[in-house]
Amino acid sequence: MELHDVWFVLIAVLWTGYFFLEGFDFGVGVLTKLLARDRTEKRVLINTIGPVWDGNEVWLLTAGGATFAAFPEWYATLFSGFYLPLLIILLCLIIRGVAFEYRAKRPEERWQTNWEHAIFWSSLIPAVLWGVAFGNIVRGVKIDAHKEYVGNFWDLLNPYSILGGLVTLTLFTFHGTVFTALKTVGDIRMRARRLALVLGLVTAVLALGFLIWTQADNGDGKSLAAMIVAVVSLVAAIGAIKLGREGWSFALSGLTIVAAVAMLFLTLFPNVMPSSLNEDWSLTVTNASSTPYTLKIMTWCAGIATPVVLLYQSWTYWVFRKRIGTQHIASDVPADAAH
Amino acid sequence: MDLALAPETLARWQFGITTVYHFLFVPLTISLAALTAILETAWVRTGKEHYLRATKFWGKLFLINIAMGVVTGIVQEFQFGMNWSDYSRFVGDVFGAPLAFEALIAFFFESTFIGLWIFGWDKLPKKLHCATIWMVSIGTVLSAYFIIAANAFMQHPVGYKIAERDGVKRAELTDFAKVLFQETTLVNFFHVIAASILVGGAFMTGIAIFHLRKKQHTRTMRMSLRVGLVTAFVGTLLTVISADTLGKVMYEQQPMKMSAAEALWESEKPAPFSLFAYGDVAKGHNEVAIEIPGVLSFLAKNNFSAEIPGINDLNKEAQEKFGPGDYRPNIPTAYWSYRWMIGFGGVSMVLCTVGLWLTRRKFWLAPEHRTGEDDVPKLMLTKNKELAPRLGTWWWRLSQWTLIFPLIGTAWGWIFTETGRQPWVVYGVLKTEDAVSPGVSQGEVLTSLIVFTLIYAILAVIEVRLLLKYVRKGPPELTEADLNPPTKIGGPPGGASADTDAEAEADRPMAFSY
Repeated sequence: MELHDVWFVLIAVLWTGYFFLEGFDFGVGVLTKLLARDRTEKRVLINTIGPVWDGNEVWLLTAGGATFAAFPEWYATLFSGFYLPLLIILLCLIIRGVAFEYRAKRPEERWQTNWEHAIFWSSLIPAVLWGVAFGNIVRGVKIDAHKEYVGNFWDLLNPYSILGGLVTLTLFTFHGTVFTALKTVGDIRMRARRLALVLGLVTAVLALGFLIWTQADNGDGKSLAAMIVAVVSLVAAIGAIKLGREGWSFALSGLTIVAAVAMLFLTLFPNVMPSSLNEDWSLTVTNASSTPYTLKIMTWCAGIATPVVLLYQSWTYWVFRKRIGTQHIASDVPADAAH
Repeated sequence: MDLALAPETLARWQFGITTVYHFLFVPLTISLAALTAILETAWVRTGKEHYLRATKFWGKLFLINIAMGVVTGIVQEFQFGMNWSDYSRFVGDVFGAPLAFEALIAFFFESTFIGLWIFGWDKLPKKLHCATIWMVSIGTVLSAYFIIAANAFMQHPVGYKIAERDGVKRAELTDFAKVLFQETTLVNFFHVIAASILVGGAFMTGIAIFHLRKKQHTRTMRMSLRVGLVTAFVGTLLTVISADTLGKVMYEQQPMKMSAAEALWESEKPAPFSLFAYGDVAKGHNEVAIEIPGVLSFLAKNNFSAEIPGINDLNKEAQEKFGPGDYRPNIPTAYWSYRWMIGFGGVSMVLCTVGLWLTRRKFWLAPEHRTGEDDVPKLMLTKNKELAPRLGTWWWRLSQWTLIFPLIGTAWGWIFTETGRQPWVVYGVLKTEDAVSPGVSQGEVLTSLIVFTLIYAILAVIEVRLLLKYVRKGPPELTEADLNPPTKIGGPPGGASADTDAEAEADRPMAFSY
């Protein structure tokens, strides 16, 4: 295994980490309209991810930075090619971050409802668009001999990628619902369990369609194995939440995300961005990568830093392990009198 | 295509707007993180309540500020690929690594520990809680270091070679240590951190004065005033030293930028420092110039009679080396941004240094003029002589209203150093016009430029109004829970032990919630 292969795996790991973690916090954002019945319940939801969403989002920045460093051509083609979808994602992430931090900083009703709308939409839209983006990466887009994307915005919206977007939306929302059941107490927890069943089934139908389509187009033995893991763990996650085993269900919905992302990357390899115009124009782990020297430095850094990051991020989850319910939300007047 | 709307021009405007805007939050974040950490440490060590009140007050302003810094920073991570794909392809092998390091080492640090700090008041013992804000502070400084290392490569490329792959030239990394630790990186980092300290000091001073002039929250704000003034003074000293060092390094590495800053058209020996100039860029000379002889030579080379190369000569030299073309940056921009940088920073340097002396507590001060912890300090010129009340009022006023002058100065500093490097994006290696994304259309860039500008403008209004609200509100009253932080991780507050049963304890509201 050469270094650029290692980095292909590491980039896959970073995206997996991102979708696993931000997946549930996007899902929780969507639930603020889907599950919460009143403002206090909305706040319960938001506060389940309050201390951690920012750290979760850094997985995206790291995936972006690592792609830049390890596969500059991939970074350049992907982000200049998918310009408008990426712009929309960035705008959502900007608004979303500010919405979390500022929502409770004024007591006015309008101020708070505006930010609540913002949290919902800025969670939902990226959850869809990441699926659309990855659908297009896997399917292949119009890339010319100079590694430039020559399609337009509308080329990115095709049945396969749109189905991909629906899968990420439902899968993340399901994952977020299971997370909510795991992290809350009281009525909202029970409703989250019930909602998770419905969402789980919808996700299963869509995901099965998308993954079979992927397998039929580009699959091999390994991707088939990953697909089976994804499907089985999704079904098991639904079963577990039905039995009230929230921890297991969350681990399994997470495993679904891990296996599904793994499957997409397995069908990609050794390409990183296949060209739909000419196979020879595809970006691959070799023609898009940095030099072995750069990759070596990066490997050392990632090898040392990543375990440390995992350690202190896990510790954060442990510190905030307590379930929360409506009784833990002080009042609707500025929550920060004490802060 | 019309030059004003060419994709390159639009992409440059977008990069300029988003980056300057992002950087408005950066120096304040760097300094307020450290100041909040210092105040919390003071509370942990002394147990004095006004330190905790100050921690909460300044910490709140810090949080409002860092939220914007974080979200506007996301754009920066992706913008190179979106708008500057040819740049990314060309330098990715060198430039990507510090960016990846920044995310992996600094961003994770900041964002994870800030979550712990915000939500951890009732979850972490106070020493540990205090440690988390120090971690955030370290994260902000590390982040600055990595991104400045990346920028230094654009200012002064080292540790690379030009190689060809698949018929396309690109820069390949040969010595990462050089990129990370070259003089340009170190000196720029020093200058940015020094300026950030000044920014935080002036900001704290200005807001403390706002409350002191109204005679409210006096104990907390008097202490904050002194902390702010000391910080600003330290920032002043470091900024001056680092500016001098950086200027000399830049005269070695980018003489064109520095001569543009002085509108020095012809080589002169000795060269003067320009106070005011009005010139004709096309003809290459000044029509009006007010100058101090010899000072530029001294600033650049430590020698009052050294020769300093002029813009016209440097341009000819560059044409001989790189082929025909105009190698001059926009001279009026360079000249004026340099002066605004120094001017805005300088005003606060003077005000804060004077203030540090005037508001002193004991040193060379007759006992009857000393003021207590709950009094607004008197402005004392000498041991027994108070500053004339009229002048005093002006000092209070000016120091209050110039609270963001150093921040404005830092923005001009970046405008200067980035536009002064033009027409190069990587100095002497890659031109900006060759760096832009060829596949991104004019319409796309125009869309993103307009949308970013609009959203940023709206957010600026929201942010400033929120800051003003919390500035006016002043430090919060402390609650029972604040004064009795938990003694073990995740555990109940120390104050609520024997007399509350476990069930009530489990239902206690969170100390902080969104």
